[in-house]
Amino acid sequence: MRECPDIPIRVRGLKNVFGDHVVHEGLDLEVRKGEIIGVVGGSGTGKSVLMRSIIGLQVPAEGEIEVLGSSITDARDDEDIDIRSRWGVLFQGGALFSTLTVAENVEVPLREFYPEIEDELRHEIARYKVLLSGLPANATRKYPSELSGGMKKRAGLARALALDPELLFLDEPTAGLDPIGAAAFDQLILGLQQTLNLTVFLITHDLDTLYEICDRVAVLADRKVIACGTIPELLALDHPWIQEYFNGPRGRAAQSAKQRNGAASEQQKG
Amino acid sequence: MRALTDFTIASDEAASGDGGGATLAFSGPMTVASLGPIDARIRDVPAPLARIDMTGVTRIDTVGAWVAWRVAQRTGARIVNCKPEAERLIAAVSQADDNREPVAGERLPLFSRVPARVGETIIGLGRGTLQVLGFLGLYVQACWALLRRPSTFRTKALVHQMELVGVNALGIIALMSFLVGIVIAQQGAVQLRQFGAEIYTVNLVGRLTLRELGILMTAIMVAGRSGSAFAAQLGTMKLTEEVDAMRTIGVSPMEALVIPRILATMIMMPLLGIYSAFLGIVGGAFLSSLTLGIPFFTFLARIQEVVPLHDVWVGLVKGPVFGLIVAVSGCYQGLQVRNNAEEVGTRTTAAVVMAIFMVIVLDAFFAVFFTEIGWG
Repeated sequence: MRECPDIPIRVRGLKNVFGDHVVHEGLDLEVRKGEIIGVVGGSGTGKSVLMRSIIGLQVPAEGEIEVLGSSITDARDDEDIDIRSRWGVLFQGGALFSTLTVAENVEVPLREFYPEIEDELRHEIARYKVLLSGLPANATRKYPSELSGGMKKRAGLARALALDPELLFLDEPTAGLDPIGAAAFDQLILGLQQTLNLTVFLITHDLDTLYEICDRVAVLADRKVIACGTIPELLALDHPWIQEYFNGPRGRAAQSAKQRNGAASEQQKG
Repeated sequence: MRALTDFTIASDEAASGDGGGATLAFSGPMTVASLGPIDARIRDVPAPLARIDMTGVTRIDTVGAWVAWRVAQRTGARIVNCKPEAERLIAAVSQADDNREPVAGERLPLFSRVPARVGETIIGLGRGTLQVLGFLGLYVQACWALLRRPSTFRTKALVHQMELVGVNALGIIALMSFLVGIVIAQQGAVQLRQFGAEIYTVNLVGRLTLRELGILMTAIMVAGRSGSAFAAQLGTMKLTEEVDAMRTIGVSPMEALVIPRILATMIMMPLLGIYSAFLGIVGGAFLSSLTLGIPFFTFLARIQEVVPLHDVWVGLVKGPVFGLIVAVSGCYQGLQVRNNAEEVGTRTTAAVVMAIFMVIVLDAFFAVFFTEIGWG
């Protein structure tokens, strides 16, 4: 009945304008099923605006956006609701409902979309989602104000995964985390993506994240996606921003870290 | 119509080679969308079972995996004939099943919650009074520090707040006062007509608006407009750590946020009060000229004769005091916000309620006081 198409996200000719500031113009992007796509770009290139357009929070001036086979740009409300139960979104700060506990936050989408699920099963679902997101069991009944930044992100992820979505949107998931926490969060996303067979749309500034978990990277610059491909493919292009981004000191550090990790795991296998 | 999960239980003798016993066979999709209605039936499946057969499962997500895993744990069954996807998901949820924490925050049962709330409220009232006094002390201290270093005074912020509190309120206060003036004149005239004393409508409108109603209604309106705005602004700034950021930069929130707001309200309140009284009188004069046959300008001229000057002073003296109360309760409640967005709401409500309540209590006190000193 609702099979996931091979291209779950398709953006064509997107244009976004704020006042007379043109953020996007003629932007095209296709996300393939089951991949983790990283979206990078300088500050102010409209990465978050792109994500907000795709999930329907921002109505674009022009262009077509298709998510899971149905159009977002001219969706009717009832159609919209079906799509919304098939994606999960993690906002930058977690955006948890501050008057609810972590578990109650996870239960919100379940209550909304599947009111027929009884309390007992819903509580069980909330509890295991909390653990799956890498939170300790005692975080279940805590309020967001009692959590650290990293735990808030994990709680936000638990809520994003509440309905077992096919699509997961992450807005800078590792920003503000310490390097160990960020690496752990990367691994968590990768593990969940493989287990739950997710397609992940990930906005990030974190080069380690790009090297570690992203299958492809889309580069936003000059109001559009200037390139989209694996990191070696991007490195072969000679766009100045891309070269500076991946070959700057931080880019090289992340690259050599990846190579070291790769070599270490090869040795372990051997 | 969504397809639902289904299951059958069979005591399969043919499979006795496999140990015999009952087999529970799931079929259809096992997802969050299809399990809700039949979860209760699955819970009632009698233990023990030997096997859970997943052959007929078309699609599965973590909720389906969880339900299968839970039945298996409870009945001691083995899960068989899984597709690789189901196996992967069941393995994932089985790692995550040792969470026994309650889902909701702690709540006391009703019979102990009610007395607890009463006690908390009473203790909170006492503590709140002390804290407001402490806040007033801080305010006075900050004002003193400002007097010694007047160059740090934020004139721009003060003027901006005066605009928000005073100038922007002119329209709504004018409308309100004008209408109340009309109502007083009309109702007063109806009663006074019984004694043939309609001319005293002028005294009624003039003295009532200048002494009491002008400033009281203004205080209530400012509490609703600006007191609530102060509480919500400062509360949100507390939540987004703006107040903390100010402190670390060396800017005192008291100086930058609280003093301009309180001063602006204290300056604007008497002005708005007298403005409101004048418009009340205009309203009264307007109605009198229409229905009582007292010409508009005669009414205004009579006001000067029948209203003693000390009535104007009574109104003006109350202004800054009411302004202080409204602004202090708004700022104090705003800065008490700690945890979440809900608190911004409750604190804003508390600020307005506290301000209006205190204004009315003090107004009663002023009424008695001014009469006693001969300004009746």
